[in-house]
Amino acid sequence: MKGKSTEAREGKPSLASLTSSLPRLALRLAALGIIDSFSILLIYTFIHDGLWPLAALITVTTVIVNVINLWERFYPLRWMSGAVAIILLFVLYPIIFTVYTAFTNYSDGHLLTKVQSIRRIGQDTFLPEGGVVYSWTAFRSPEGEFLLWLSDAEGNAYLARPGEPLALVTADIPGMGVFDEGGVPTAIEGYARLGLVDILSILDSELAPLEFGEPPLIIKIRSVREAAQLQQRYDYDEESDAITDRLTGIVYPANNQTGFFESADGAALNPGYQITIGLGNFERLLSSPALRGPFIQIFIWTIVFAIVSVVSTFALGLFLALVYNDPTFRGRKIIRTLLIIPYAMPGVIGILIWRGMLNQHFGVIAANMVTFLGWSPGWFTDPIWSKVGILLVNLWLGFPYMMLICSGALQGIPTDIYEAAEVDGATRWQAFWRITLPLLLVAVGPLLIASFTFNFNNFTVIYAYNEGRPPIPDTATPAGYTDILISYTFRLAFESGRGADYGYANAITIVIFLIVASITIFQYRFMGMWEEVSENV
Amino acid sequence: MSEQAVPKRNGFAWRLRATSVRARASEGRSTPEQRRRRRLGQILVTILVLFFALFPIVWIISASINPTSNMANQAFIPPNASVANFNDLLNDPLHPFFLWMWNSVKVAAITSVLAVFVTMLTAYAFSRFRFRGRRSLLLTILLIQVFPNLLTMVALFLFLRQIGEYFPTFGLDSHGGLIMVYLGTQMGINIWLMKGYFDTIPRDIDESAAVDGASHWQTFWSLIFPLVRPVLAVVGVLAFVSTFNEFILARVLLRSTEQFTLMVGLYLFIDQNFGQNWGVFAAGALIGAVPTVIIYTILQDYIVSGLTAGAVKG
Repeated sequence: MKGKSTEAREGKPSLASLTSSLPRLALRLAALGIIDSFSILLIYTFIHDGLWPLAALITVTTVIVNVINLWERFYPLRWMSGAVAIILLFVLYPIIFTVYTAFTNYSDGHLLTKVQSIRRIGQDTFLPEGGVVYSWTAFRSPEGEFLLWLSDAEGNAYLARPGEPLALVTADIPGMGVFDEGGVPTAIEGYARLGLVDILSILDSELAPLEFGEPPLIIKIRSVREAAQLQQRYDYDEESDAITDRLTGIVYPANNQTGFFESADGAALNPGYQITIGLGNFERLLSSPALRGPFIQIFIWTIVFAIVSVVSTFALGLFLALVYNDPTFRGRKIIRTLLIIPYAMPGVIGILIWRGMLNQHFGVIAANMVTFLGWSPGWFTDPIWSKVGILLVNLWLGFPYMMLICSGALQGIPTDIYEAAEVDGATRWQAFWRITLPLLLVAVGPLLIASFTFNFNNFTVIYAYNEGRPPIPDTATPAGYTDILISYTFRLAFESGRGADYGYANAITIVIFLIVASITIFQYRFMGMWEEVSENV
Repeated sequence: MSEQAVPKRNGFAWRLRATSVRARASEGRSTPEQRRRRRLGQILVTILVLFFALFPIVWIISASINPTSNMANQAFIPPNASVANFNDLLNDPLHPFFLWMWNSVKVAAITSVLAVFVTMLTAYAFSRFRFRGRRSLLLTILLIQVFPNLLTMVALFLFLRQIGEYFPTFGLDSHGGLIMVYLGTQMGINIWLMKGYFDTIPRDIDESAAVDGASHWQTFWSLIFPLVRPVLAVVGVLAFVSTFNEFILARVLLRSTEQFTLMVGLYLFIDQNFGQNWGVFAAGALIGAVPTVIIYTILQDYIVSGLTAGAVKG
């Protein structure tokens, strides 16, 4: 059904379509112009801040979007501009970035690029010896701009505005109002003098962070009475790639092994910067017992969790599909609809309801177990029972899906096989194991594998049930008995007590990906799905 | 298994397209006694499994109308049933339930409209044009999708944080950023799904339009678009539901109470104060669950067969 004429129509647009597209050409060029100017601005900013990966990403995306929208031979791709941009930015880039950061020290304390880190360190100031100290009076314009009246010990007065050089007050400067007994004007044109009450209320929040004057001569307010001329403390020298402390004279050369500016005696300036550390994160995972221990434990539970989830939901789903595969059973449609509800509900809400039912204090299950059995397990405190609880909840969430796909697959098994089996004297039980199950597995096998990989990363159920708790004692980083690999990486990245360690978290992500990818390759390869999909293209 | 499972059902259809749909008459040669026993078994199973599946739902409905916090041994309809919990839910300034609901609806609606629009154009191009690299591009999209989107959550978090420093509308704690991330996660599978459906529209339509001198855009807009509206609607609804239900990415990417989606809000609401808030949570959970349950119930035939059948006719 692949029409030849459509192909022929391809490269030769008719005259009619050319003329009708002229206004749209203008529109397209205008849209591209806006996108491009915006992109160039972004790229410039990213390069300025040393964010090379982001700059490259925007460049590549913009170039691709331009090329496919300007060259007539890429006409079909033009229709895909939106999809291409979104996939590049929000799918492909995060994957590449994940792989990249796995080989860096990206973590709290190493969040910035080297350029940004130097700039941040450069913001520190100090009061140099013999630095000038002023007493100050603040004025504010109706627009909220501040102006300082400074007087030094010699009796000279200056006006200081943020970002402008200091101006010496001479008699001929206009706009001064009446002077009070201290020699300070009560008002300056366009500005109102601030009283002590006003000043106290905004001193810390608004006045103290302001830098008056122009670098390197910066004046900052240090107390209610005093303002002082401060000097930039750290000086970066590009040639020697080192930072010098103007206060102490200590030199901090960049140490590109640790991602810090470090002095000879090992003192480091904060914040550090990002560096690539090769396989460092993977080595830590393999060599440190405190990290390896919980990792192996979590790894085993991840696999157990995924397998048990698939098998239990499949068993129950298949059983129900068989029970309701009986056309004479009236009401099976409505029953099936009711049974889909756990699957149709938002997963988080379902899990939270179970959390309530299992709750020791008011949960209906826990309370009834105590009433009838005289005992109730620690559904959230005991390592084993927490796992049992999660598997139970996951069974509830997942069995309707398995029931649906099994019902569908059962319809597809031809009846005559059963008739033949019956002639051969097979029992129902034998027919199930020898005919139904094998044929069914052929049909739903790939889905079971997909379900396995899904559960392998089923973060929602783990997190919403108990956030991976109860905790495993004595680990280097927080880890829980019910944590699976993906929730463990989440903890490393966002909940670690010693600060986030994104690089290490992404190293574990790579490990997860390798596992998931090999399972998926198996799925496509041995189930023949790839060929089928490829044909379907 | 909730949102991610949706695409899988379409994969299922690929497997099954060749097999015949024939119901098996299992009641062939069994005696009346056997039949009665089987019927008894079916009824017993039905009672047990309905209890397992629906008890949590019944319990949460009961809890939502129970104004006391004693829920361990409550009757299904509490003697003092009231809507007090619903009142508390809607009038809690610390937990703006309405705002969360609105955020969820907003994010899900924008995501689904954008997803349908972008995917529709892409699917049309893949279905109607023959160009070099078409096949490898399609397969690449499928391959990228193998990398589970949750695995990149750390990268997405860092990416949005960097973006946010220059461009807060798409940064961390913004709905713009969240929507873009959601669009990315659904894009691949939706393209495949829609392309499959587009392929079922006869090409004769395009060809006769071309003979009449219509441009590609005119053909698409006035001829193809009206024909594919059903699949657009289904993809849109599925995108809406899965976005509405999504929890983890929203939890990672949203930070402040005013920005939360309903799932994140409800989760944190109950996580902070389990016992005390239970009745109120139950009310919120009910309201939050009703839309998606209704949509699933109405669309179940589409989801299971109708849509997938359309997607696989080569």
